[in-house]
Amino acid sequence: MIRLERLNIRLFQRRKTLILAKDSKAPETMIIAKGLTKVYGDFKAVDGIDFTVTRGESFGLLGPNGAGKSTTMKMIAATSQRSGGDLLILGKDPNDQGPEIRAHLGVVPQQDNLDRELKVWENLMIYGRYFGLSRKWLKVKIEELLDFAQLADKRNSKTEELSGGMKRRLTIARGLVNEPEILMLDEPTTGLDPQARHILWDRLFRLKEQGVTLVITTHYMDEAEQLCDRIMVMDKGKIMAEGSPAELIKNYSSKEVLEVRFGSDNNAQVAKELEGIGERLEILPDRILVYAEDGEQCLEQIIKKGLHPVTSLVRRSSLEDVFLRLTGRTLVD
Amino acid sequence: MSSASIRQESAIEIAESRKGKLGAGVYSGRSRVVLERGYFALKSSTWAVVASGFVEPLIYLVAFGYGIGQFIDGVVDGNGNPISYAQFIAPALLATSAMNGAIYDSTWNVFFKMHFGRIYNGMLSTSLGTLDVALGEISWALLRGLAYAIGFMAIVTPMGLVPSWWGLLAIPASVLVAFGFAAVGMGITSYLKHRQQMQYIQLVMLPMFLFSGTFFPLTIYPEPIQWFIQALPLWQAIELIRGLTLGILNLAMLGHVLYFVVMIIGGLYFTTRRLTALFLR
Ligand SMILES: Nc1ncnc2c1ncn2[C@@H]1O[C@H](COP(=O)(O)OP(=O)(O)OP(=O)(O)O)[C@@H](O)[C@H]1O
Ligand SMILES: [Mg+2]
Repeated sequence: MIRLERLNIRLFQRRKTLILAKDSKAPETMIIAKGLTKVYGDFKAVDGIDFTVTRGESFGLLGPNGAGKSTTMKMIAATSQRSGGDLLILGKDPNDQGPEIRAHLGVVPQQDNLDRELKVWENLMIYGRYFGLSRKWLKVKIEELLDFAQLADKRNSKTEELSGGMKRRLTIARGLVNEPEILMLDEPTTGLDPQARHILWDRLFRLKEQGVTLVITTHYMDEAEQLCDRIMVMDKGKIMAEGSPAELIKNYSSKEVLEVRFGSDNNAQVAKELEGIGERLEILPDRILVYAEDGEQCLEQIIKKGLHPVTSLVRRSSLEDVFLRLTGRTLVD
Repeated sequence: MSSASIRQESAIEIAESRKGKLGAGVYSGRSRVVLERGYFALKSSTWAVVASGFVEPLIYLVAFGYGIGQFIDGVVDGNGNPISYAQFIAPALLATSAMNGAIYDSTWNVFFKMHFGRIYNGMLSTSLGTLDVALGEISWALLRGLAYAIGFMAIVTPMGLVPSWWGLLAIPASVLVAFGFAAVGMGITSYLKHRQQMQYIQLVMLPMFLFSGTFFPLTIYPEPIQWFIQALPLWQAIELIRGLTLGILNLAMLGHVLYFVVMIIGGLYFTTRRLTALFLR
């Protein structure tokens, strides 16, 4: 056991030296997209987006269902050809250097594609073999990954016998088998329990410290705030906004938010009377959000009008509010 | 295990060693790892299916060769020498089992992996290319063909059903036949969308089995029908293997070999193209 531990450390060190060695000559720009477009039939799933991702950065894609996040991820992962625009990953064009690009990537797709005919350990082994890695090296690497995914005692289980969260963890572990430079995570923590989520965040953070570039899509704002240096909000295949979580909040929301509830049937009615209070109102089916510098003050104004909310709450603005403002939708819908 | 001895090229170094080589976009030179997957999966698969492919031709051999064969005489080989009916049909059954094994693997198994198992999605998100996948899967079908051929020959040779030493070449010939059928089978399967369409393949295979000179020579048909059957792959396979087991070689056999080479190349080409369209578009 102790020996294994030491091996793991060695493996991590090796990765570090590898990346450091590369640093000197490697391009700082990992991904560059210009006018990137994907068309299905006559439907534009991704509609001419521009972005760049630099080495060691952790880049988040946010957007409601159908925004085109997964489609964008697949194009970066060189598993879906773009319909238009330019895309370079590590200076290579995925249209004609697919296998070479994919060697640099770890991919965690939104929809699991674990090998159901194979056991847990075999899944990791064969995936490493697909990259051409030696069995001997993989045997050690797999122990590290099984620990990482907390699946060591499930090594001989068929993947069907795993719970949803375990499958997710296995998929993530599998994505790390080739020690990727860019890790692509499409909704990595969907289906994970809170503890597993926090553990995963911690692991991802460590990968980031080692210099791995992360590209993440998520529907969880706390996850985006925790993990992402920079966020791109997408809707209907287009970019709505881009920036660090703090910048986005500053640019697209007010300092504070007052949440008031008047009961589901009354909200829309009451909203009319609230016009003019705060900087902006957002009327949701179950509550009204008042965006303002000072939430308490707005609440006083409301009460002065003789309106009595069932519940009220003042909080700081979050990415959730940015999202609502930009897409007109709440995140998990 | 000493950790110091573990030196591994990175996945990137491995992938880049093929940089600029012909077909680097679709081929990484690692189709053998697809076979490794087949081996893992086989360990947990149903052996009954595997065994049935081996037993089936033997059952036909007993029923027709020795059962019906008793009532048949006057069978001659290509040179006019008398042979037993069992000697006549044994090579045809070998060719048929090569075909059946290859078709089973490259149609049903491939269809499942493509549409339900999402196996190729996984493979093609690594540095494998589509030609690796196509070649690997087809080689898997071919290995099965090889195993069946060796088993069949090991049983029928001591029974005196392979009069010529050339018959040894029937084993590589069966592999060639299996390769051809698997390549075309996978090519066709990659275009199918519904499970029902798979039944059409079966619909073609059974009559082909019965009428391709398996149980009686083509000469009983009118000429146009003979031409038609001679164009079918199973007839080509049977002629090739029968020539070898009976030791009657002629130039036409090169034509049969060429026929299968064309099937292999065509099948690989279409499969690779189609996999690219399905999984990388
Ligand atoms: N293979 C496909 N064929 C046709 N349309 C597709 C295909 N894949 C995606 N689309 C469409 O493209 C749009 C974007 O899909 P995408 O999967 O990228 O969304 P997403 O942002 O990942 O959404 P979600 O949050 O639900 O995962 C959707 O309208 C979807 O219907
Ligand atoms: Mg998605």
